[in-house]
Amino acid sequence: MSDTITLSHGSGGIQTNKLINELFFKYFNNPILDMMNDAAQIDIDFKKLAFTTDSFVVNPIFFSGGNIGKLAVCGTVNDLAVSGAKPLYLTSAFIIEEGFSIKKLEDIVKSMAEEANKAGVKIVAGDTKVVEKGNADGIFINTSGIGSIYENVNINCANAKVGDVVIINGTLGDHGMTIMCERNELGFKGNLKSDCACLNSLVDVMLEAHEGIHVIRDATRGGVAAVLNEISEFSNVTIAIEENNLPLKEEVKGATEMLGLDPLYIANEGKICVFVEEAYAENVLNSMRKHPLGSDAAIIGKVTEELGKKVYLKTVVGGKRLVDMPSGIQLPRIC
Amino acid sequence: MKFVDEFRNNEYSKKLVEKLNNISKEKMNIMEVCGTHTMSIFRYGIRDVLPSNVNLISGPGCPICVTPQSYIDMALTLCEEEGTIIATFGDMMKVPGKKGSLSKKKSEGADIRIVYSPMDCLEMAKQNPWKKVVFLSVGFETTAPMTAVTAMEAKKRNITNLLFFTAHKIVPPVMNALVKDKDLKIDGFLLPGHVSAIIGTKPFEFLSKDYNISGVVTGFEPLDILQGLITLVSLISKKDYKIENEYKRIVKTDGNSNAEKYLNKAFNIVDSSWRGIGRIPKSGLEFNSEYEDFDALKYFKINYEEYDGSPGCKCGEILKGKIKPTDCQLFKKLCTPENPVGSCMVSSEGTCAAYYRYHKDIT
Amino acid sequence: MCLAVPGKVLSLDGDKGIVEIGNIKREVFMHLLSDISVNEYVLVHAGCAIEKVDEEEAKITMDIFKELIENEVC
Repeated sequence: MSDTITLSHGSGGIQTNKLINELFFKYFNNPILDMMNDAAQIDIDFKKLAFTTDSFVVNPIFFSGGNIGKLAVCGTVNDLAVSGAKPLYLTSAFIIEEGFSIKKLEDIVKSMAEEANKAGVKIVAGDTKVVEKGNADGIFINTSGIGSIYENVNINCANAKVGDVVIINGTLGDHGMTIMCERNELGFKGNLKSDCACLNSLVDVMLEAHEGIHVIRDATRGGVAAVLNEISEFSNVTIAIEENNLPLKEEVKGATEMLGLDPLYIANEGKICVFVEEAYAENVLNSMRKHPLGSDAAIIGKVTEELGKKVYLKTVVGGKRLVDMPSGIQLPRIC
Repeated sequence: MKFVDEFRNNEYSKKLVEKLNNISKEKMNIMEVCGTHTMSIFRYGIRDVLPSNVNLISGPGCPICVTPQSYIDMALTLCEEEGTIIATFGDMMKVPGKKGSLSKKKSEGADIRIVYSPMDCLEMAKQNPWKKVVFLSVGFETTAPMTAVTAMEAKKRNITNLLFFTAHKIVPPVMNALVKDKDLKIDGFLLPGHVSAIIGTKPFEFLSKDYNISGVVTGFEPLDILQGLITLVSLISKKDYKIENEYKRIVKTDGNSNAEKYLNKAFNIVDSSWRGIGRIPKSGLEFNSEYEDFDALKYFKINYEEYDGSPGCKCGEILKGKIKPTDCQLFKKLCTPENPVGSCMVSSEGTCAAYYRYHKDIT
Repeated sequence: MCLAVPGKVLSLDGDKGIVEIGNIKREVFMHLLSDISVNEYVLVHAGCAIEKVDEEEAKITMDIFKELIENEVC
């Protein structure tokens, strides 16, 4: 195989087959995929299906803590998990720019296989297209996923209730700050690292052990602020967050302070917000903390009795300020 | 984080709030003249804990807000010069000119890059020797020395493809213009902590000496702001007209003489237009003859005439503290962070943006 | 207009230095400060150290705040 992707690799002929067999199948091998049908044929024995899709265009493609491939698997697995489903099968479609390094593609695909394995999902269908140089930013990936919805689990964005406690499984803003610093070449050196991870095993631990979980939602683009606003809107509740309780890595604190950014609005790729009935909150928190992806779990707020749909922060001085839905992309400021 | 976390201490801040609310019942107008103060005050919900007799006004302390609309339009023109890279602070990206914004221009393919520091432009220029890097240098006295240092470094390193489109302004003249305005009744100023770090506290003494207005140089952490307010409210209630420094860990009476030397070495003081306020004599900085070769407009031989304003936009009166954002008919209706009309809404520290983000529905 | 954060000077090299802010390190211009040493704290704005943090003054300020609490206890 050549060093770089050419248009022939996407033309459906010999080169495409070679790429599939020697690269993709080297890592994505399973009985369903091996049949090389036009569509994956799957036996299912569950009643209700969760079905999701997501596309990944991150730049830089490789970053501290992961790459676009890892993101593509974790993002879709997490969407299934927070919907109360056991993630089962993924598809993976690649749009690759002519000239992209095959070594880099292999690293991405290897990463995806590793994450899929960790999460217990199989990649059962895929597609590869190649576009001319300049028509894509290196590589774009789409993953779609299906999962079986657990019986007797009812977690929904509209289920938050007055008195619910809000828990997050760890520190805010790790992914977004890592990407921003690496992309803009801000010259910041430190242990900034994306929190990109498949959260289904953490969600399983929480759901198996406990009642009283009303909402689980992953906080990706727009940060925790976006997710809390969505829940506030759909559940028609007011959510109060305590500034003192927000877990933050020192690196993220330093970077956000220097750039004038608010960690509540910075993207995450391995964080969930959980709304739990107060009586069960301590138990849920403890079981999260025993899991590697929840060791920094913290209670950050609660659903109050106030009327209206809003999210606000109780600040260190005891004042209140609104945490609005994010608008546009977060930009560094010096002024 | 040292020298940050201690000044956000919960227990101390509650005590300071209590103290602030027990000084005076007299009605008073206090203006803060620094966009970073506006942001901090909103970020920490300080308006919520102020005594009801204290009216806190946000003044013209945001260099983005006071930069005339024509600056953005000219920056967009510079984007169109062949072989240019526009380097800018993130703050400028969404500011609307008549011809659009830098953000929109970037989406159309212009090479516009956000930098954290102007010093990063030196490396950018070195790595792109066949292009001209134009840095949009805005900011007050806190930031202008950095422009001077970067220009000097460029000379030292023989970097010849770095240019600047400058719109630096200085603070004391605009405060002079404010206090001369008979419509405006200000009893005291929270003075900008980091501008004061550069210029010292003496340039503000005219407020107390000539106008019987007190001022307190204040830092930006919540404890700093609360302490600054406590001192200012006390001074006002005692009719004790003086300038006090409550940010002594950073601000010296004489400021930073090195920084002043750099400013004097590279810049002349010139008349300057402030959006919504008008032309203020000796309130801007321009490269002097020794550094004028760094001036982008001179290099590209472009004539530049300032203009500003949008119909219905009340940024000018809001900047002067005469009205609140809620008094502007466009606020929240035609003018929102997604579709800003004036800079006050676009700039993350503009009064309207801060109001919209943090204050909207809190009762 | 003046977002600036205090950081610790880790090393100096002529007019430049490496400053650490919340576990993040970044190269910073030191031109505006004439008398600075490693392990001292400086205020960083847009990649430039604009002033040294006077640790003694910082302590005095914190002591004033501490007194507020102690007076109440008494």
